[in-house]
Parts: sequence; structure tokens; C-alpha cells
Amino acid sequence: MDATTLKAQILPLLQRNARMPEQEIADRLQTTPETVAKLIQEMEKDKTILGYHTFVNEAKTGQAGRVRAIIDVEVQPERDSGFDRVARAIGMFPEVQTVNLVSGQYDLRVEVVGDTMQDVAFFVASKLSSLEGVRATATHFLLKKFKESGFILQEEEKHERLKVVP
Amino acid sequence: MNGSKSCRDRIAKQIVDLPRSGIRDFFELVNTMDDVISLGIGEPDFVSSWNIREAAIYALREGFTSYTSNLGMPAMRKAACRYVEQEFGVGYDPATECIITVGVSEALDLILRAVLNPGDEVVYQEPSYVSYPATVQMCFGVARPVVTIEADKFALDPARVEAAITKKTKVLLLNFPNNPTGANLTLPQKEAIAKIAVKHDLLVLTDEIYSELTYGERTQTIASLPGMRERTVFLHGVSKAFAMTGFRIGFACGPHELIEAMMKIHQYSIMCVSSLSQSAAIEALQHGKPEMEKMREEYRQRRNVIVKRLNEMGLPCVMPEGAFYAFPRITGTGLTSKEFATRLLQEKRVAVVPGTAFGASGEGYVRCAYATALPEIEIAMTRIREFLAGLQQG
Repeated sequence: MDATTLKAQILPLLQRNARMPEQEIADRLQTTPETVAKLIQEMEKDKTILGYHTFVNEAKTGQAGRVRAIIDVEVQPERDSGFDRVARAIGMFPEVQTVNLVSGQYDLRVEVVGDTMQDVAFFVASKLSSLEGVRATATHFLLKKFKESGFILQEEEKHERLKVVP
Repeated sequence: MNGSKSCRDRIAKQIVDLPRSGIRDFFELVNTMDDVISLGIGEPDFVSSWNIREAAIYALREGFTSYTSNLGMPAMRKAACRYVEQEFGVGYDPATECIITVGVSEALDLILRAVLNPGDEVVYQEPSYVSYPATVQMCFGVARPVVTIEADKFALDPARVEAAITKKTKVLLLNFPNNPTGANLTLPQKEAIAKIAVKHDLLVLTDEIYSELTYGERTQTIASLPGMRERTVFLHGVSKAFAMTGFRIGFACGPHELIEAMMKIHQYSIMCVSSLSQSAAIEALQHGKPEMEKMREEYRQRRNVIVKRLNEMGLPCVMPEGAFYAFPRITGTGLTSKEFATRLLQEKRVAVVPGTAFGASGEGYVRCAYATALPEIEIAMTRIREFLAGLQQG
């Protein structure tokens, strides 16, 4: 199998489980662990793979008290760079988890995390709103998370199958 | 009165003569045990995707709870025929050439009852799905198995088919991809078999329930080959590809006269298939493909792992082309299939199905379904390796 096809098959496996052993990936895709390691390295190097994310259920870590908010940001686009400069400036803050340009009434949709509601409110008021080019913001605090990155947080009960079926 | 019959005496002869499914005895043994990892389950381990379940819920909420047309809801038949045309390249008229059934099992029963006169012979490949010979027998037909062998990757050898045909042969029953061997037929093999069917004027029943779960090239259905459409009944359903076994939806497409004959039986014995299940099946056929493809890719990768493991531990196993079964040979252990399966279950708590459940020619093999999550499969493989090591020491 050629490298491009293999890479395309390796990626969804890592997206589902970034800790899947190279041996298992190799066995699943009928190749060798050495080839898998090499292809993953290549994809890390050319930034196809940007990183590995640990998806944590915060309810179990004592971090449940952390506050997340979606901030809609209306931006004054600039002649040469459009929304890029402001988006980048917002993204540089460590409090900011994600930044997307979206269609609709607002331009950027930003996810922010902080220890308390006051922290997030303070960040929006003092850092975000005051950025040059930001015209308005609307803050939505997240109340409960049901699904993230394709994972449903409260899994449905597993139904038991018959043990032997022709 | 002391002349009253025992209950056994009241049972019809062809039912008394019917052997109990070998799988049933095994099922009862497995059920007495805890902590069993089962590779014996011939159904997907996935739950039907949410859009399919939601379609059934919607139908229920909307009060769609009445009988449907005997043949099946017009929308369901239309969805089935459209799907068959798109995916298999054979066109059928939803109004007259398609019937919705309770799984392929019912469709097979209907068509055999519709065409067999007592003593008519049905040629089919073996190892085979457990109900083929039994269904033929219940229709007063004679089941004529044609053995498929490991050296042929369990594909059906046209020469053996021809050799099995007699003046009484009426039907050729095919199931590829195959349960339990995972075998598929190449196009030349299908063409050769089609020629034999035409030459001997046979009716061909092609059970393609595993068709979507093909991991290599998916060759065209035998129904699409020259001279075949008018002598073929195409049997399919949503159980395996769309993980909908409990919905019990199958369908048959074929020439109008045959579908009409099947409908006669169906209308008296079944009336119609569950309206809720039909609603769910329409959703599956129209919008189920992306989720189905994800499941297929997962099966394919599990297949690669399980076949590698079995071969590594000294149980030679052909790489299956489709379905979700591996069919390794266990003759090296000196045990029969049944001894192997029973001892593996009792000593290591892993359930596999003895090959003999699928016909006498399954002796020397066991069926390992990989419709189970890979971590479970890996544990089962470790246990089987330990079992084999124990056999060598003992």
C-alpha cells in the first residue's frame, strides 16, 4: 500500500485513540510498526498532525469548577488582512482555546477558559473588547457539556447481545 | 382412553427428522458460563446508527402503527429497488418485482416453499449458513451440498457444482460473501456458475446479505450476468451492513411471477413486516452509507488482526474476503471441531462455533466472528494461544 493511502488510514485511528500502539496500527493496516512510526513522524514534521489531545472528563479531576465561555466577536475587517490580524491577536492569549471565523452576525467565535466567571468576564472586558478592531462581543457561559470532539459524555447503556448467533 | 398419542407422535415427520441446530446446543452450554469472551456472535457489535433509530422513533411517535401492504410499504420497496439498482446495477420494479420480508431468512423460506415440489433438489455451497439445509428439508426438498475447500479459499468450484446437478435439481442457492468462511467469488467464477445455471435451466437464489461487507474488490452480483436476471432471485436486507439485526428487515427482488408466488405465502403466514422496522430500513438504505462505511473499515482492520494472530499461533486461516468471520483450521490440535470449541470454552472461556454447525465439511474448522471490539478479540487470541500451549504440554 502506498504511503498516502496508509497515512489516510492511520489518521482516523489516531484521532480516535492517539495512544493506539504502533503495533496495533500496523496489524490493523497490514504493515509494519516501523512503517507506521515513520509515517507518523513524517506527518508530525509536515504539520499534518499538529499535536495529541488528552480528552479529560473534568467532572472527575476536580477541575469541574473551571468556567468555559463562547465569545462571539464582531470585528472591523482590515483592508489587507481581513480578519486575520485580530484573530491572531485574540488567539495569542493563553485563556483562549479556539478561534474560528464564522458566518452570521458576528465574525469570530472564541472559546475561553478561566477559573471563575469573574476571570472570564474580566478577560473579555479588559483584554478582548479593548483590542483594536474589536467592535462588540457577546459572551455565552457554558453550563453543561454533552458531547465533545465526537465523544458523548454520558454513554448509553450497552445492550447485551446473545452469546452465540448463527 | 389409553390409545392417546405422545406429544412426539403428534409432530410431523419432516420436523421430527429435522436435526437440532448444532449451534443451539453450544449456545446453551455458553449460557451456563460467566466471563466468556464470545467470538460466536454472527451479528454486528455496533448499535444501529442514531438516524436509523430516530426514524423508527419518529414513525412510532407519529402513530405509524398499522398494517402495511403485504408486499411492504411502497416507499420501502422503492427504497430497496433504488438501492439495488445503485449498488448492484440491477433494476427491479418496486410495484411487482420486490417483496419486503422478515429478514433474508423469511425470504429464503418463501421462495423455497414457492418453487419446490417434494423431492426437488437444491444445490448449495457448504459450509453454509445453518438454516439452508433445514429450510430445504422443511419444504420437502432435498439439500445437495457442494463442498468448498480451504485450498480454493472456500470459493465454489464450478466443476463441483456441475457434478452435483441431477435431473431433479431445481435450485442453486448461493451465499457470497459467505457465512461461515468469509469467502467470496471472483467474477470468472460467477460467470462460470451462471453458465451452468443457464445450461441446466436452474433457478438461482443469491443471498447477498454480507455484500457491503466486502474488503477487496466487490464483484458484480450474479443477477446482473447475461441470462441471469430472469432466473435469479436476489436476497438482501439491512441486518448486517447497517447493524439492524433486531429490526428483521430483508427483501427479495426477482421476476414478477416468483415474487407473486412468494407474496401468496407471505400474506397468509406473516401478513406484513413491522411498519416501524420498514421506516427505519428506508432511512438506512437512503442515508446509512457513511456510517456503514465506517463500520466496514473497522471490520476490515479487525479481520487483518485476527487472521494474523490465528496464523501466528499455528491455526492456519485463509484471509476472508467479506462478512465478519474467520474460519481457521484446527486439525493440527488433533481435536475435532466440537472438542476444540467445547474445551476452549470450558478451559479458557472463549466461545467459537464448531465448523460442523455449518455442515459436515466444516469438520476441522471453527468459526471466529470478529464482530467484537478489538481489545476483546486480543484477549480471546491470548486465551486461545494459552489453550494451544496447554494442549501441547498435555
